Amino acid sequence: MRRLLIVLLLGIGLAGGARAAIDTYTFSSDAERERFHDLTKELRCPKCQNQDIADSNAPIAADLRREIHRMLQDGQSDQQIVDYLVARYGDFVRYKPPLNARTALLWYGPAGLLLGGLLVLGVIVVRRRRVERTPSAARLDDDERARLAALLAHEERDTPYP
Amino acid sequence: MKRLILLLPLAIFLGIAVFLYRGLFLDPAELPSALIGKPLPAFSLPSVDEPGRTFTVADLKGPALVNVWATWCVACKVEHPVLNDLAGRGVTLYGVNYKDDTAAAQKWLKEFHNPYRLNVSDTQGTLGLDLGVYGAPETFLIDKHGVIRHKYVGVIDERVWREQIAALYQGLVDE
Repeated sequence: MRRLLIVLLLGIGLAGGARAAIDTYTFSSDAERERFHDLTKELRCPKCQNQDIADSNAPIAADLRREIHRMLQDGQSDQQIVDYLVARYGDFVRYKPPLNARTALLWYGPAGLLLGGLLVLGVIVVRRRRVERTPSAARLDDDERARLAALLAHEERDTPYP
Repeated sequence: MKRLILLLPLAIFLGIAVFLYRGLFLDPAELPSALIGKPLPAFSLPSVDEPGRTFTVADLKGPALVNVWATWCVACKVEHPVLNDLAGRGVTLYGVNYKDDTAAAQKWLKEFHNPYRLNVSDTQGTLGLDLGVYGAPETFLIDKHGVIRHKYVGVIDERVWREQIAALYQGLVDE
C-alpha cells in the first residue's frame, strides 16, 4: 500500500513537470488562463494557414502567444487584443470573420441558397397539389374531350383503330 | 417565359460553378497587408552596422523599399544579389534585420555586399510584429511621407521587380 502511494506521488510529480514544459506562461487567475486559451484558439497563425496560434509551432505563433500573454497581463480586454492583431495582420487572423460588405456573401450566401431551394420546392409542391385536386376530366379542353369521346366510341364498337 | 424559368437552375449552377472554379486558382497564402495606406509604425531600435547608434522611423525616408531580412532566412540569400543590383541602379533600400543575431548579420553584409542605406536591428521582432511580418523576406514600399503603399511577401527577383514594383516605385519617385 505504501509503495503504491509512493509510485502514485512520483507519477503526479512527473505529470506536473511535463505540463510545466509545455505551458511556460503564468497567469494570475484561472479566468485569465481561460481567456488566453480562448484567444489563442480563435486567432489564426498568419504563417501556417490552417492552424490556430495555440496549435502552431511556427516562430511567429510563439511570438503572438507571448504578445497576447503580455497584453493579458497588462489588463487589456479580449476585444483590444483582437483589434491589435487585426490592425497588423488584417481580418485574416480571425477565424470568425467580421460581418461587413465584403463578407456578406460568406455569411448570408449559404442561407440564401437554402431559402431559394426551399422556395422552389414549396412552389413545386403547391402546384402539384392543385393539379391533383382538380378531377382529371376537368383538365381537358374541348378539343381533347372530343378526341377522348371519339377514342372511347371506337373501343366500344370493338373495331380496329381507326 | 416558361422556358427561361426552366433554365434558371442551370444558370444558378453555372454561376456558382464559375465562382468556385475561380477560387481554385486563388492563392490562399496571399494575405493582403492591413497596413497599406498607413504610416510606418514608430520604433526606436539600434543599428546593425554602427553599434551605439539608434534609428527611429524618421530615419527611413521614402520613396524607398524597406526589406525585412535575416541570416536564418534561406530565401533572403536568393534575394540578396537582386537587392544589390537594385541598389546599384539607385533604388533606396532600408533593411530591417528581423529576429537575427547582429554579429551574423554584420558578417553577411560584409560577405555579400551591403545594398541597404541603413539597417535596423530588430532582434526581438517588435518592429516586425508592428509591421505584420510573419516571415522573411518581406518588402514594403513607402512613399516620401513614410506611408506604406505596397507590400510584397517572398523573394523579389528581376521579374517581380519589373512587373509589380518598378512602376510603383518610379511613380513614388516622380510624385
